[in-house]
Amino acid sequence: MAEDNVLLEVKNLKQYFKSGFGRRKIIVKAVDGVSFKIRKGETFGLVGESGCGKTTTGRAIIRLYKPTSGEIYFKGKLISGKLSEEDRMMVTQGIQMIFQDPISSLNPRMTVKEIIGEGLIINKLVKDDDELTEKVVEIIRQVGLTEDHINRYPHEFSGGQRQRIGIARALISRPDLIIADEPVSALDVSIQAQILNMLNRLKKTFGLTILFIAHDLSVVKYFSDYVAVMYNGKIVESAKPDELYNNPIHPYTKALLSAIPIPDPLYEKGRDYITYDPSIHDYSVEKPEMHEVSPGHYVYLSPSELEKYAR
Amino acid sequence: MRTISTEKILEVRDLTISFNTYAGKLQAVRGVSFDLHKGETLAIVGESGSGKSVTNKALMGILPRTARIEKGQAFYKGRDLLSMTEKEWEKVRGSEIAMIFQDPLSSLNPVTRVGKQIAEIFILKHKLPRKEAKRRAIELMDAVGIPDPEKRYNQYPFQFSGGMRQRIVIAIALASDPEILICDEPTTALDVTIQAQILKIIDRLQKEKQLSVIFITHDLGVVAHMADRVAVMYAGKIVEYGTAEDIFYNPQHPYTWGLLSSMPDMETEEGEELYVIQGSPPNMLYPPKGDAFAERNPYALNIDFKEEPPMFKVSDTHYAATWLLHPKAPKIERPAALQRRIEKSLKRAKGV
Repeated sequence: MAEDNVLLEVKNLKQYFKSGFGRRKIIVKAVDGVSFKIRKGETFGLVGESGCGKTTTGRAIIRLYKPTSGEIYFKGKLISGKLSEEDRMMVTQGIQMIFQDPISSLNPRMTVKEIIGEGLIINKLVKDDDELTEKVVEIIRQVGLTEDHINRYPHEFSGGQRQRIGIARALISRPDLIIADEPVSALDVSIQAQILNMLNRLKKTFGLTILFIAHDLSVVKYFSDYVAVMYNGKIVESAKPDELYNNPIHPYTKALLSAIPIPDPLYEKGRDYITYDPSIHDYSVEKPEMHEVSPGHYVYLSPSELEKYAR
Repeated sequence: MRTISTEKILEVRDLTISFNTYAGKLQAVRGVSFDLHKGETLAIVGESGSGKSVTNKALMGILPRTARIEKGQAFYKGRDLLSMTEKEWEKVRGSEIAMIFQDPLSSLNPVTRVGKQIAEIFILKHKLPRKEAKRRAIELMDAVGIPDPEKRYNQYPFQFSGGMRQRIVIAIALASDPEILICDEPTTALDVTIQAQILKIIDRLQKEKQLSVIFITHDLGVVAHMADRVAVMYAGKIVEYGTAEDIFYNPQHPYTWGLLSSMPDMETEEGEELYVIQGSPPNMLYPPKGDAFAERNPYALNIDFKEEPPMFKVSDTHYAATWLLHPKAPKIERPAALQRRIEKSLKRAKGV
């Protein structure tokens, strides 16, 4: 694919957090050298267990943190580090985020219209209140709510509806990239399906590019065009979903895939889970690096390990 | 396949619980009946607010003060748990019926060493001397898979990871050698790889100790892994129950259909429209007339809006509360995607 199709590029991103002072000082390497590209119109799935750094990656991209090192390019422009007022506007409007918790991510003292329209007002994309209302109503219909909802407060809505408001807020500035951080994991099963179907439909209507962060592999597989598996701050394997699920190479990916329980009792009772023990990697002699095992399928292993697992 | 003992250890009959709120009477549980056999795992599945946790809190005698048990009995060893006094409860709760909660951090005491929290039970319930209690506690920590238990004995809960904390909670629950173990979403807060380990431990300990387990969850994959029998709850009622095979391969209630087909699995094609249960659960302050699921049920019949369906018998082990099973009801096929999945599963089972 042509390079100019790349919408977001993350190069060797590192995000360390410090805690404590003096002798007790600890450095947590939340994200430790992550690189990936997201092309226009693509849904990029980032999976991993809690604490692996997937949320931190998403947050670093929308500039909630100042990265320790590494570069983030959006539309070919370097956006990590100091930006001019104009570029900052471009980024805040062009990248939007959907959060996991639909309760704490909406301001309880603002009406739905204020919540959704805030971005438009700040970025001065509307002239007056009438235009604002018009735009909010337009977007709120897209997410399956109605016009009479716009003057209500968040507490009047159910979890699923609140997540719809969060999605409408992200969509209203017509962003190029949406970062969806576990958008369905706080919802009930029957509501999850509603939201996933809606995101799928919106993806087509708006031609969205999405960075989809989740821990649920079946959801990520269903939703993404490309999947990267993160472990301990690093991407350990990435591939197209079918390739990754049918032909996993890294031991962690294998363990992760085997751990998903399937709603099929006869199969489920007879099988064993694979456990992953990170101490099997001995990187004292050989250093691990990214290898391309087949077109588009990358694994982070040392050369001898690669030989062992790739069979 | 394990054979399930027919000896009933717990019989719940027509349990009805309501909450007094400022807005009025909230009917959380509306006539729930089920049996728990010795040595089996009964899974209770349902969305939040379906009354599954409230039912089990009643069985532990830990309902909040605003709750009222309107009617019903729960027989355990010939005694009705629901009419016991607090004094009598103290002999049963924790010793004969134990519980594991969803959040392992908030169910441990943050300022007491974990080993002491386990040993406490041996001292208080079994009246063992301190030294002996410590030895038993370390043994138990080893049994639930905590590495280096002697060293870990003297640590505090914050020094443990989520999975390790849940192991401690399991150890505490098992210290008193209970007959019944109630697990309220024990793995929801954990990662899949850790979840797999915890499920394995519960499974093994259950077989060793012949425990009867009530497993509450909304994850159908976990249910398939753990359960011998399944009860599906919706709006305070059990709408379908049967063996795990009955529920997964021959579901009868449209709500069960919805639950089974609404989540993508590893075989769902990308971009394929998911089956959706429209709308949201009813407000139990004003439970709807007729079947509570009728509003969201694409297969609802006229009678669903007027009268609540009774439990229809599908087989000796399988019951479902839907008018679709009435002899006069029109024949309705299950959603195609679900039917495909069931056939695939059965084929896979035959192949193995």
